[in-house]
Amino acid sequence: MAILLEQRPKASPTTSSAASTSSMTRPMDPTSLTQEGSKGLRSRISNWLRRNLFGSLANTILTLSVLILLGLTVPRFIDWAITHASIGGNSKSACSGDGACWTFIKVRLATFIYGHYPAGELWRVNVAAILLAILIIPVIRQHVKRRGLWLLGLVIGYPAVACVLLIGGTLGLPFVPTDLWGGLMLNVVMTFIALVGSFVLGTLLALGRRSTLPIVRLLSVGFIELWRAVPLLTILFMSAVMLPLFLPDGVSIDRLVRAIVALTLFTSAYMAEVVRGGLQSVPEGQEEAAYSLGLRWIDVQIFVLLPQAFRQALPAIINTAVELFKDTTLVTMIGVFDLLGAVTLASKDPNWIGYVKEGYVFAMLVFFVCCFSMSFYGRRVERRLNRDRSNAG
Amino acid sequence: MMTRNIVKYAALVSIVAGLTGSVTASQAASESATLDAVKARGELICGVDTGMPGFAFQDSSGEWKGLDVSYCRAIAAAVLGDPQKVKFIGTTSKVRFTVLQSREIDVLVRDSEYTLARNSQLRLMEPAVNFYTGQTFMARKSLGVSHVKELDGATICVLTGTTLETNIADYNRAMKIKINTLLFDKPEEAFAAADAQRCDGYTDDSGSVAAARSTMKVPEDWVILPETISSQAQGAFTRYDDDQWTTIVKWTHGAMLKAEALGITKANVDELKSTSTDPQVKKFLGVEGELGGALGLNNDFAYQIVKGVGNYAEVYDEYFGSKGLQLPRGLNELYTKGGLQYVASWY
Repeated sequence: MAILLEQRPKASPTTSSAASTSSMTRPMDPTSLTQEGSKGLRSRISNWLRRNLFGSLANTILTLSVLILLGLTVPRFIDWAITHASIGGNSKSACSGDGACWTFIKVRLATFIYGHYPAGELWRVNVAAILLAILIIPVIRQHVKRRGLWLLGLVIGYPAVACVLLIGGTLGLPFVPTDLWGGLMLNVVMTFIALVGSFVLGTLLALGRRSTLPIVRLLSVGFIELWRAVPLLTILFMSAVMLPLFLPDGVSIDRLVRAIVALTLFTSAYMAEVVRGGLQSVPEGQEEAAYSLGLRWIDVQIFVLLPQAFRQALPAIINTAVELFKDTTLVTMIGVFDLLGAVTLASKDPNWIGYVKEGYVFAMLVFFVCCFSMSFYGRRVERRLNRDRSNAG
Repeated sequence: MMTRNIVKYAALVSIVAGLTGSVTASQAASESATLDAVKARGELICGVDTGMPGFAFQDSSGEWKGLDVSYCRAIAAAVLGDPQKVKFIGTTSKVRFTVLQSREIDVLVRDSEYTLARNSQLRLMEPAVNFYTGQTFMARKSLGVSHVKELDGATICVLTGTTLETNIADYNRAMKIKINTLLFDKPEEAFAAADAQRCDGYTDDSGSVAAARSTMKVPEDWVILPETISSQAQGAFTRYDDDQWTTIVKWTHGAMLKAEALGITKANVDELKSTSTDPQVKKFLGVEGELGGALGLNNDFAYQIVKGVGNYAEVYDEYFGSKGLQLPRGLNELYTKGGLQYVASWY
């Protein structure tokens, strides 16, 4: 088992781990190679192969079995997904039946992305998405002036703007109830709100857990451990099934709001632990030095400890975000149609029964692109942090 | 002293008058909390399946369609006069009854079976059975089979973890025949196996079998056998504590069947309303009599239902019949044609 775990990053370079990535690049270091043109290249390749894929008997067996497995599956998948696939037309009859029927995705694309958001109002979702991208880019870029301002805009200004845009009902925008929302838009909305909410709540909880006041500490520990001990699905069911029974008659909370609150509370428990990890990694001297300058507790936390803690915790925060994004698909269980729910629902249309495979492959691709780009960014941040740390040390 | 007494008396009278006033006002509203809520909201909140071919699904434009969905629209038409005034809530099998109990939805129409436990323990009513179903078989046409007992020796693809298998075993024992089974975890795998000739047929609830047939490479090569070897009655659920609302749901279904029996369709309902001299039709469409008012609805509620969604045959045809999944009506025929759908008398 240990061998397996060690080999995995080498066999598939996409696995995220800065440590293994750097070890992988070492054999390819150009300075260690002879400069004999193509012969050098060949020996370089065979060298790399021997080291990484055929280093030992176990490695060779693993490599060969992976190759055989890929050889058996990949050509058939390509046959299905590309060679014999069809995308023309607007109905099932346009599909040959031998390969994938991407027509299904083409016809249903709007539902998969926007749910039932009224067709005439789709620009509002698009504007909200573009605004989000505009605000995120300066926040995640490395050398940006006034990053804090952009971050504030993203965390405080943007939700207000997006709220007005998406829900409407004011400024001449028609009201769009949340039960018309759906598809990928819903995954993004839920992830964004739950992430921002859990970040704030998680930070407070992390500070609470480190607090010297026993009641605050106890409550924080209790909250974190309670939410971490319960599966997310159970929490979602509680919010969908139990909560309405406890509310007085006639009072009902939007089910999307309930799902988002459940996601936020659940994620904030994990976020608290992530932030606490970041706080612990800040050298004690920082805190002591800050206090000796006469700063108050709150100032020490806000200006000295938390900024450093967030920096250290950023890769783990991104990791939590990726998990959260994937977890949002669980809301299908309570009848909210996110991307995955929309795909499943669309496959129940008698005109499209039997094309659920195409839908799942599409959903997989979308989730892969989203999650991979997030973790790719996370890896870059991690590498940067490691570099900074070694430069400082 | 005198004046003070008069003031006191006047105050007392006005309080009493106010109380009586409010009592009469609350009597003017209906006895049904659900009906009042729906009318005040101007919208029916209807719980449906999160996706089930024939019963509830969304078409390419994202509009809800299906037999159960049509029932939601019919209730909205009866109560509010507009079949579009429905908010659909997708409910999974785990949450369906709780969202009804907690009043998050007004009515649940979600291919759910009527059982004693649901009636008594969950305290829910099922006033209308809109779909009789049961375990049905689909067989390859080339076998030349027309009855289930002729499947002796054949191999049928079955999903595991359900009562489907035990039903076949019981049937085998009762009929002294041998129907073999090939087990699968997922419907898609079972469909593919049937298409690949690994078995001679497929079995499930009638609606699911019809859906399965439509996924076959050549649906015409498969025939759905008329009998069922188990039975289920599926329909609309309401809460125990609201008799008037339950009655409205019951007679919405009644009106759709009655319209079929009277030959009233979505297309001819307007014409019949103004020209028909048949007293049955006139009473049904609310031209004569006060039957709707007694339900707490407008007198023309049945007209609104037929105008909005059509009669039972039209709805069945669209989703399960010739325009839909090609499932023979079987048990869902009117009782006059050998089915179980009874057309109740109107007065």
